Amino acid sequence: MSHQSSYRPNSGFERWVDERLPLIRVGVDFATFPTPRNLNYLWTFGGILTFCLVVQIITGVILAMHYVANDRMAFDSVESIMRDVNWGWLLRYTHAVGASMFFLAVYIHIFRGIYYGSYKAPREILWMLGVLIFLLMMATAFMGYTLPWGQMSFWGATVITNLFSALDSIIPGVGTAVVEWLWGGYSVGNATLNRFYSLHYLLPFAIAGLVVLHIWALHVVGNNNPTGVPIKRESDAIPFHPYMTLKDGFALSIFAMLFAWFVFYVPNYLGHSDNYIEANPLVTPAHIVPEWYFLPFYAILRAIPNKLGGVIAMFAAIAVLFILPWLDTSRVNSTKYRPIYRWFFWLLVISSLALGYLGSKPPEGWYVIFARIFTAYYFLHFLVILPIVGLIETPRPLPRSITEDVLGKGSGGGTPAGAAAAPEKR
Amino acid sequence: MAAHTSDMAEPNRRDFLVIAAGAFAAVGAAAALWPAIDQMNPDAAALALSTTEVDLAPVAEGQSITVLWRGKPVFIRHRTPDEIKEAQSITEANIGELRDQTAENPMIAADALALDKNRTLPGKEQWIVLIGVCTHLGCIPQGQAIGSPRGDYDGWFCPCHGSHYDAAGRIRKGPAPRNLDLPTYAFISDTKIKIG
Repeated sequence: MSHQSSYRPNSGFERWVDERLPLIRVGVDFATFPTPRNLNYLWTFGGILTFCLVVQIITGVILAMHYVANDRMAFDSVESIMRDVNWGWLLRYTHAVGASMFFLAVYIHIFRGIYYGSYKAPREILWMLGVLIFLLMMATAFMGYTLPWGQMSFWGATVITNLFSALDSIIPGVGTAVVEWLWGGYSVGNATLNRFYSLHYLLPFAIAGLVVLHIWALHVVGNNNPTGVPIKRESDAIPFHPYMTLKDGFALSIFAMLFAWFVFYVPNYLGHSDNYIEANPLVTPAHIVPEWYFLPFYAILRAIPNKLGGVIAMFAAIAVLFILPWLDTSRVNSTKYRPIYRWFFWLLVISSLALGYLGSKPPEGWYVIFARIFTAYYFLHFLVILPIVGLIETPRPLPRSITEDVLGKGSGGGTPAGAAAAPEKR
Repeated sequence: MAAHTSDMAEPNRRDFLVIAAGAFAAVGAAAALWPAIDQMNPDAAALALSTTEVDLAPVAEGQSITVLWRGKPVFIRHRTPDEIKEAQSITEANIGELRDQTAENPMIAADALALDKNRTLPGKEQWIVLIGVCTHLGCIPQGQAIGSPRGDYDGWFCPCHGSHYDAAGRIRKGPAPRNLDLPTYAFISDTKIKIG
């Protein structure tokens, strides 16, 4: 933790513990962690995501008590969870809807980070840990979706594992060998189901470990905020508890209402009806669509008329996020003060949503053409527009401090004018 | 410090022990890792080369059947004279039209051209036997059942990402990189084949 520890052990026992394992100190420092006073509700998604991870782990561990990872029994065991197990329907729907809620929150969290420049120095490692968590989330969700062993489970697993056969066009045979290694056979089957189950149980704990590192990194560099101007003095910050715990708690309650609405009223809305048909290796559903949260990446995969190219583009769409901190040449964090870039930011949001829509459509006619246009924009945005706009844009003047931004001019005194503010004029 | 410098200058018994122990540990770790990786490969039961015998007598001209071999569907189509003619219209002269110009037939040379005669057995041109798995991302193409879409080239059409295969199972349009693979098979009588 980077901020000055305010913890003073006030009993002999506390001092004894503090000298051996400073657990209480870590807790107190967490509560007193200085957060910028101007954080808006977009900053509550970190807490919401932690909640999502905990919900997924708890419901998942319970579901594992009833689920059978066997190609002949998996589908029936899921149905028995739905019909026979006490509260099984609630646990399964919470777990299934929970995956969607997790991704909804993570996408808001990521776009928040992009809008406010939360990936820029000194938060590069914090950001990259986040991208890594996102990657593991995708792997976990993909393998979890295979477990009910419905038609979409089976064919989704087939299509995605087959992505690796694209390696055949680099070194013939390698791709096939990798795919058969992943499958443990010559097609997706019982061996595949079992290993996916094992890894689906393992990866959430790897995510939890990365979340600890993510939060640790956050506590070293501190929160970004809507102005992007760092905390400069005491009046810029408020302690995490009670201010942020309450704000996070309120946002979480609203989020939980949406979550509950899905669970209790439209639990299958975000899924696909074909997954209630048991897996059949001889019949491919007419339209294989992944879960909604993978659709933009699926659209990118299909937009490229070349197997290896499509696979590379899809992975590059995530890989580009890793190097985002070094692609942005602007010295200003927050897009609020970037008159040119803000247009491109919203274009990126629109492209991502459009790709999501196109990913759910059959790969023909205009759908393919638009998928190519938006895929091109997605990469142009990060690789060309972001570096160039940062160099040519004149940002709007930044507030001299967070306090000045909140309370207006005149309250921003204390720091000599021009000493630390207005980086855009340097 | 002087003693230390002389240590650096001349490899002694301790240096040897450190390097030997380190190398031993590295080799040991790699050897221990291999079973953990290799266990994921197809096991003995999956490897046991299964064979399937199929009676083709009931399959009338124009009909297709699908059989399961090694967990994968195998397409068998009794082609009509029109379909055979269409498939044979690709010759050495115009093979450039094909995206994948190799026969993908494990029973003949790996670089054999994707001519219809290299995709069927001699004298049995009416029968085309293919592994019914799209070479793009592993979906099962449509076109087996009467009336199901056969794509723009009267063969098979993969609905997942829009690959069109012709009547010899060769990729003509769409994202798939290779022709449909052939299994190893042989006629054991005039109307019976053994796959595998």
